[in-house]
Amino acid sequence: MVKTGLESIAAMFAAAKAQNRAAFLPYYPIGYPTYDDSLDAILAMAEAGVDGFEIGMPFSDPLADGPTIQAATQVALENGITVKRCIEAVRTLRDRGVDQPMLLMGYLNPVLAYGVEAFVRDAKAAGANGLILPDLPPEEAALVGEACAQAGLALIFFLAPTSNAERIALVAERANGFIYLVSVTGVTGARTDLPPDLRDFVARVRAQTDQPLVMGFGISQPEQARMMSEIMDGFIVGSALVRAGGESVSAVRDLAARLRQALD
Amino acid sequence: MQQPNLETTVPNARGYYGEYGGRFVPETLIPALDELIEAFNTALADPAFQQQFANLQATYTGRPTPLTYAGRLTEQLGGAQIYLKREDLAHTGAHKINNALGQALLAVRMGKKRIVAETGAGQHGVATATACALLGLECHVYMGTVDIARQKPNVFRMKLLGAEVVPVESGSKTLKDAINEAIRDWVTNVRTTHYLLGSALGPHPYPFIVREFQSVIGIEARQQMLDQVGRLPDVAVACVGGGSNAIGLFHAFRNDENVDLIGVEAGGLGIESGAHAARFADPALGRPGVLHGTRSFVLQDDDGQIMNTHSVSAGLDYASVGPEHAYLRQLERAFYTFATDDEALEAFQMLSQLEGIIPALESAHAVAEAIKRAPQMPKDSILLINLSGRGDKDLDTVISELGGELDGEA
Ligand SMILES: Cc1ncc(COP(=O)(O)O)c(C=O)c1O
Repeated sequence: MVKTGLESIAAMFAAAKAQNRAAFLPYYPIGYPTYDDSLDAILAMAEAGVDGFEIGMPFSDPLADGPTIQAATQVALENGITVKRCIEAVRTLRDRGVDQPMLLMGYLNPVLAYGVEAFVRDAKAAGANGLILPDLPPEEAALVGEACAQAGLALIFFLAPTSNAERIALVAERANGFIYLVSVTGVTGARTDLPPDLRDFVARVRAQTDQPLVMGFGISQPEQARMMSEIMDGFIVGSALVRAGGESVSAVRDLAARLRQALD
Repeated sequence: MQQPNLETTVPNARGYYGEYGGRFVPETLIPALDELIEAFNTALADPAFQQQFANLQATYTGRPTPLTYAGRLTEQLGGAQIYLKREDLAHTGAHKINNALGQALLAVRMGKKRIVAETGAGQHGVATATACALLGLECHVYMGTVDIARQKPNVFRMKLLGAEVVPVESGSKTLKDAINEAIRDWVTNVRTTHYLLGSALGPHPYPFIVREFQSVIGIEARQQMLDQVGRLPDVAVACVGGGSNAIGLFHAFRNDENVDLIGVEAGGLGIESGAHAARFADPALGRPGVLHGTRSFVLQDDDGQIMNTHSVSAGLDYASVGPEHAYLRQLERAFYTFATDDEALEAFQMLSQLEGIIPALESAHAVAEAIKRAPQMPKDSILLINLSGRGDKDLDTVISELGGELDGEA
């Protein structure tokens, strides 16, 4: 039996846990610095042993992103990358042997323009396992959520340091796949220091749910990855890898490998 | 036509006007939006707040603003009697102060001492900087560099008022991008900062709060029509950028079914050119979508990427529109049209020369619609224009657009 998207994601966490570590999920946008390079970068990271991917789809107005990802996705748009190309990229990556879970990450409007049902159908057919839309909080997610549930795809929701017990309860109830914890109040971007109250935040969420917890925003260094491995089920690195992608595919491979090795 | 009433024009608990509105924002901001709803509701129920706000409106903003009969314009056009609601005479020169003061008072109640705002024409930035100076709040205004170049006097005013003007270089370098940056700042500093959004758009509760603070325009105008003329207008016209001055005018007339409500968008270089901000007039590009936290009409390409817009007036140069306008249009309670750059520039001069009133380029779009419409209306009919602001800020733009012509006449 072929696994559903949700089952693949659950298997990913189980495998990492069996090795006593967190799952490492790089973010990388399709089309940066070119379409071919972005696919090569993702393949190189797959070979370096990362656990899953957030595959970035560009949007003209990425209001949850800091300067690094803004600039990269702007380049992607200038390179003619559309939602359709991003879905094709997932298919190509599967054909080229990537077997880790892939979650498409973007903003709501391009998904609406594509058509929610068509998007979910095509994303699933291409081999995607889930969807991450930072401007879609759970109370607005009925339409997308239903389509994803039918297709067995994960639709990931967020919690932030500002989330109170009520929000944590709501997200915990609707969550599937994992819950994405934003490490800081802010936008994406590599940071040298993570906030001191991080462990408290994780503990507050952990007290209310058994869902896998994945942290993102600001993580860029091997020491941070090691800390993530202690307190989280998974973590996401974006801007630092995108910055490396501006240099070369091998720079991406090297950074991904170092972050991955920090977990052993 | 469905008859809207008070109930259906109030958003539901999730901030929806029919199928438009909502709250499409990162999770980090949700608690701040909840807090804002709470602060607004308790403020409304608090007589001390009402008193303080009314007092500021009367003694600081200069409300009520007058209703002026535009006699020479009426005569020239030869049709409907034209009246102007004079928001240009409000302190700082536009309706934007109504909302800026209201929200700044809410920020004080929430204990937030740092304010961020976006601005296009600079009027909302000036109004926000003014309210912050008055109440002792720290103020940061995001403004696209294209708009900084075309609204220089307002940039200088904001700085004089003690605000920091933060230039925005991303995207089209206009209002849309200024909102992106303001939201990014807000997400980062949300615990200490209130985002003082300047139009009837964005995530719930902003469209609702902005409408409530701007509805004083229509409440006054409606009463002034009754007091000065003895009846309501047949048509009420307002320009529509994000839609705050228009919703502020329309709201008081929503149940007066004999008053036609007309919103005027920026037609830019013409709809066929694609260089415009007429969200409702261009079926190829203007479709329902989600931008800046709300579902409404959005100018976008086939892939759902937001289009760059164009208007000679910075305040109308925006790819989306407040959700309640999309709803009023769907109900056919309000109708939406557009005026091109050229029509607005012509109206700008005509009002200046016939009435001694230099309108904001935004407001000139409403005047342009009156110029088209009034001659076809009977002489005993009444057309009310919301003159949302004054045009001093636009002199640079108008000089560069019309410089030769004006020099030639001298
Ligand atoms: C004088 C004036 N009128 C109208 C507008 C457009 O905004 P809104 O549609 O929210 O009234 C602006 C915006 O800057 C303005 O300055």
